[in-house]
Parts: sequence; C-alpha cells; structure tokens
Amino acid sequence: MNSQSSLHSNGSVAIATDNVCRHYRMGETLIRAVDGVSLQIHAGEFVALLGTSGSGKSSLLNLLAGLDRPTSGQVIVAGKNLAALSREELAKYRLHTVGMVFQSFNLIPSMTLSENVELPMRFAEVERQQRAALSTKALQRVGLAARMHHRPVELSGGEQQRAALARALINQPKTLLADEPTGNLDSRTGTEIMELISDCNRSLGMTVIMVTHERSLAERYAQRMVFLADGKVVGDQPASVAEPAEVLPGGRL
Amino acid sequence: MKIYDLTELAVRNLRESLLRNSLTTVGISVGVASLVAMLALGIGLQQLASRRLRKSGLFDTVIVTSRRDLRSFSREQESSGPDPADSPALDEPARQKMEQLPDVTEAFPDIRFITGLRYEGKQHLTMVAGLPFSAKNNDAFDGMQGNFFSSDAAPEVILQKAFAEELLGKTPKPGADDVNVADVARPLLGKELVMRYAERVEAPLSAAPQPGDRQDPNEAALSASYSVVSHEQPLKIVGVSDLDPDSMRGSARARVFLPLKLAQNLHVMQPSNLRDTTRALTSAPTYTTVSVRVKSPRLVPTVEDAIKKMGFNTFSITDATRSLRQFFAVLDLFLGIFGSLALAVASIGIVNTLVMAILERRREIGIMKALGASDIDIRKLFFAEAGAMGLAGGAVGVALGWMIGHAINLGTNVYLKRQNFPPEQIWAVPWWLVGGAVLFAIVVSLISGLYPASRAARLDPVQALRYE
Repeated sequence: MNSQSSLHSNGSVAIATDNVCRHYRMGETLIRAVDGVSLQIHAGEFVALLGTSGSGKSSLLNLLAGLDRPTSGQVIVAGKNLAALSREELAKYRLHTVGMVFQSFNLIPSMTLSENVELPMRFAEVERQQRAALSTKALQRVGLAARMHHRPVELSGGEQQRAALARALINQPKTLLADEPTGNLDSRTGTEIMELISDCNRSLGMTVIMVTHERSLAERYAQRMVFLADGKVVGDQPASVAEPAEVLPGGRL
Repeated sequence: MKIYDLTELAVRNLRESLLRNSLTTVGISVGVASLVAMLALGIGLQQLASRRLRKSGLFDTVIVTSRRDLRSFSREQESSGPDPADSPALDEPARQKMEQLPDVTEAFPDIRFITGLRYEGKQHLTMVAGLPFSAKNNDAFDGMQGNFFSSDAAPEVILQKAFAEELLGKTPKPGADDVNVADVARPLLGKELVMRYAERVEAPLSAAPQPGDRQDPNEAALSASYSVVSHEQPLKIVGVSDLDPDSMRGSARARVFLPLKLAQNLHVMQPSNLRDTTRALTSAPTYTTVSVRVKSPRLVPTVEDAIKKMGFNTFSITDATRSLRQFFAVLDLFLGIFGSLALAVASIGIVNTLVMAILERRREIGIMKALGASDIDIRKLFFAEAGAMGLAGGAVGVALGWMIGHAINLGTNVYLKRQNFPPEQIWAVPWWLVGGAVLFAIVVSLISGLYPASRAARLDPVQALRYE
C-alpha cells in the first residue's frame, strides 16, 4: 500500500476475503467465477477491481455485498463471516453496512426520485417525517433537489446515477460498492459521478470498492487496483496518484 | 417494514397494473357477492320460518288442564302427580298464579261454546271462541279482511271465511276453486250479528235447605249452585279471516271469534260447568283449559315443569325450532359452499395475478433485496397486495351481494303481490355477514398470496438483478 492509500485508510480491515470461491454449474461445465480470492480491504480505502468481461469482478462484488454466498472460503466483515449469516442477517448487512450503485442505475421506474431514495429507509423503519427530510437533503447534495418528484424515466443517465448514489448512501453505510457506475454514461457525466464517489471516500472516509474495466478511471480515482482474470487475483497494486478532483457544479457530496 | 409503509407500497404497486388488478378484484367481488347472496337468502328464509313459527303460537304455548277432568295427555301424567280429587281447580286464582311465573307472557283461559248466531233473521249454529288480544300478531290473521278487535272487550266479532260463506248462503261445492276472502268479506264487514247465549248466574248460597234434606253443612258450602239465563248480544263484524286461527283445536275449532275479555264478561255457560256441578267440588267457575304463552320456545320445558308442580296436566309441542335451526345450519352450509365456489375461482385469479406480478417485478424485487429488503419484507409486501385486493373485492362484493339480494326480494314481492299474498322479507344481511364476508375475502386472498409471496421472497437477488 502506498502513502496515498494510507492517507485515506485508517489501517483497520473493513472487508477481508479468505480463499473465497464462487463456482456454479452451467450444464456440464463448472464455471469458476471467483476462484480462491484472498483480499484485505482497509477502512477508508478506495479499491478498483479491474478485469475483462467474465473475469469475475462483478461476482466478487456480489459476494462482498452479501447478495451471493461463496461456494467455499470466507468473506469477513467486522469479524463476521458473511457466508455463515442467515438470509435475514445478510439483508440487515446490505441495509446498514454497505450501499450499492449499479451500471444500469436500478432505480425503480414507478417511483419518483425521492421515493426511490426513501426506499432503504422504509426497510430500516425510519419514521416518515425524518425520511422525507433525509431524502430531500440527500438529493440536494447530488444536485437533484429540483427533480425529486420526477420519475427516473424523465431524467438523464447521469442524473439517474446521482439519484442512485444518493439512495446508496442514505442509510450511512460504511462501504460503498459500485459495479461499473460509469459504464452507461458518457465520459463527462462519468467524471461527475466519479467525483461524487471520490468525495464520499475522501470527505466521509467511506470505503469504496468499485468494479470497472476502465484502467484510466481506476488510476485517477482509486488508491489501489486489484486485477482479476478467470476468477483469480492476478495483480494487486497501488494506483498512480490522481490529480486533485475538479469541483463540478452541483456535484459535490 | 412498518404497516403503513407496506400498505402504501402495496397500493402503489396495485395502481401500477390497474387494469389487471381491477379485474382480479372484480373476480373476488363476484365471488363474495355470490357468497353473500346465497347466505343472505338462507338467513332470510330461516328468519322467515322462525317468524312464522313464533307467530303461529304453536311452540311457545303450554296447554294446561286440570287433573280433575281425568283427561291427561299421557299415561305417565295419569300415574304421576297428585290424586285427581286432591288436585287444584283450574280457576281464576290458578290462572293468575301461572301468569306470574317467570318467563310467562300471558295465561288465558280457553272459552268456547256452541251457540246460535242470527244474521238477517236466519239462525246459524256454530262454535264460538274467545281470542286474547295478543292473537292480533298471529299469522293466521295475515291476509284478514277488515280489522282485529278494537279492544279486548269490544262487542265485535271476527268470522272465519267458511262461516262467512255460510252467512251469505254460499256453501262452496267440494273441489270448487277457493273463494277470495275479499269477496266474502265485502258484504259482511260492519254488519251486525246477534249471538244467543246462556249466561251462568250465581245463585245465592243462603237458600235454606229443605227440611228432610240429607245435606251436610260442609257439603253445602262446596256445592255449586247457579242458574242459567238466556241472553242475546249484538256483535259487529269487524273482520273475516282467510286462514283458520283455530286449526289446532281439531273438531272443537271455532268459526267465530270474540274478544276474550268480552267472552269472559258474558259468563257464558261452559260445557265443563255441568260436569263440575255434578262433581260438586266448587261453586266458582273453572276453566277447561288455560293457554300459557312463554317468552321463547326454549323456555317452554321450564315453565311446563313449574305448572306441573302446581298440580296440573300440561301439554306442549316439542321445540320444533331446534330441528329448524339444524335444518337451516345445513342449508346455510350448502348455500355457503356454492357461494364459495365463485370465490375459489377468484382466488385462482389472485394467484395468477400475483405470479404475473412477480415475473414483471422480478428486477424490482432484486433491487429491493440489494437495498436491504429482507425475505420477510418482500413476503409481507406481496401479502399486503393480496390482502388489499381481498379487502377491496370483499367490500365491493358485499355491496354487490346486497344489491342482488334486494333485487331478488323485490322480484319475489312483486310476484307475491300478484298472487294476493302479503309482502315478505326473504332476505337478510346481518352485520356479522357483512364483516364475515369481507374477512373471508381477505383470508382467501391471503391464502392465495401464500405461494406467490414465498416465491417472491425466495428470489435470488443476483438472478433477479440480471433480469431485464
């Protein structure tokens, strides 16, 4: 780990994987989506998982998010092995410990932006009034206060991803997991989103694990790059020091 | 998730596929409506039958006779109870005592006698009976022409249709069509009849015994002595009854009815008086029979026991309402099953709608799970949707069933009116049926939602998120 990465990480391990595997069968073939990955990700670290399509980076992210269970090995978060948690406990982990953003935004089309942002708070049983105030504040932070009563279909891709980011952060998770967050965006909008994510990492001290296949993005924003191929870690190195982030209008968290 | 959040999300989801969910809800409504219509018909018929039975006065009446008459209703009664000679007389004090028993509404003597009635100069011989004022509500007077007695002692008379025909000189030929009571009553109502009767006049007890009589002084006090005086009483015809109010009496049934108080005040000589005279046990008038009306058919056995303890013979018709209730319980069950068939079909509609919703909202379920929704949250959400459809379907269904029932009732009454019958309420929707039907719709919907809800809850979030 270089000096840049230690600048943001506070040294304690946020997520650790120990020889974690995720294999599944497709007909006769055994697919080794994740195959013996051991990683230690420190609190406050910004890690980019890089690799080509099918290298297992999204599968690994799903394991870290508690959306999927490993075939073998362990995923340790705050001393708990996710593989040993019940479905209810995993749901609680996803609700409070991690926040997720996806390539395709995954906003619920029938809900307005504020309703989308409020959704995780409904699961967390936050009071209605508090919920409304928090969602307004979160949307203001991503510069979408004026669009809060719009439905996703009425917004651009960048706006949708900003709303998705506001939603991912609404329950104040310790870790942000981003699966190709700029994959569906043009480079300018992608940069906006990356700035917001980077700001979460720097100003809030949030651990960020981002899946991407764009090395340039990783080098610019991440502190560490983990390369995957055929489900295995084939490289783990510090990213080059990025230029200070540009401040984008309405795009600061 | 909190209940109001669940409700809000469920209603939102239902609104998203408005047409499909509305059609499913209509399916439930039709099911509930058929259930409500069937059960309301069953309940209405049961209430009608109970009302009829109660009004007939057959099952809430205890007939009381004196053991002195040696006319018991069974061998068991003959052998049990006090010796006839020691048993009390069925007289006015005894009647009053019976009236004061708990759960007794009234106790009235049976006064009937055969006498001559003169109408337009012609004599007619028939049985005349006193009717208590409470008989006004008896269903035998449904369809009666004219009115019931204006008071309990008014010099008025109600005729049975057959006697009215006799007065008019129209004796129906056997096999001929029934004469309409209105046609018979029209020329008679308001007219006057003169009743000839024998009044029992108490003779003074001071009549000195003739010398040489072997009369014991005690026996003299006990012996009945009275004279019989012939009288005439003009009576106004106020009503002609279509049915036979006295059908229970068999051969002793009367065709002419007087208000009971009037009949008592006239002190008409009763056939039993003569028997009492020969037995020489009392000088006070006694009754052949006393009818005791009880508050409810269920209380008849208790009252009967109390009267037996007083030393009288009693007779009542076994509580037929019990078997009636049993019959209607079975009828309601069958009607309910038939009604529920439509609801069963509707429940398949719910399963179908919700399974379709899972397919459509697969990705949404995946997103919710990724955001932290638990299996229980997803299950509850689908349950809430099923429950909301059940509630809406139930409420609309009850309203629909109520309207169908009213339409049936209206149709039936139009038919009854055409057939010259009084209107009847064959339809009843009690509050428990309204609540029960809505609750049943919700329960059926929730059961239908079981499978879709658990299927949605089990969805693998990774698979669901991949779904486009």
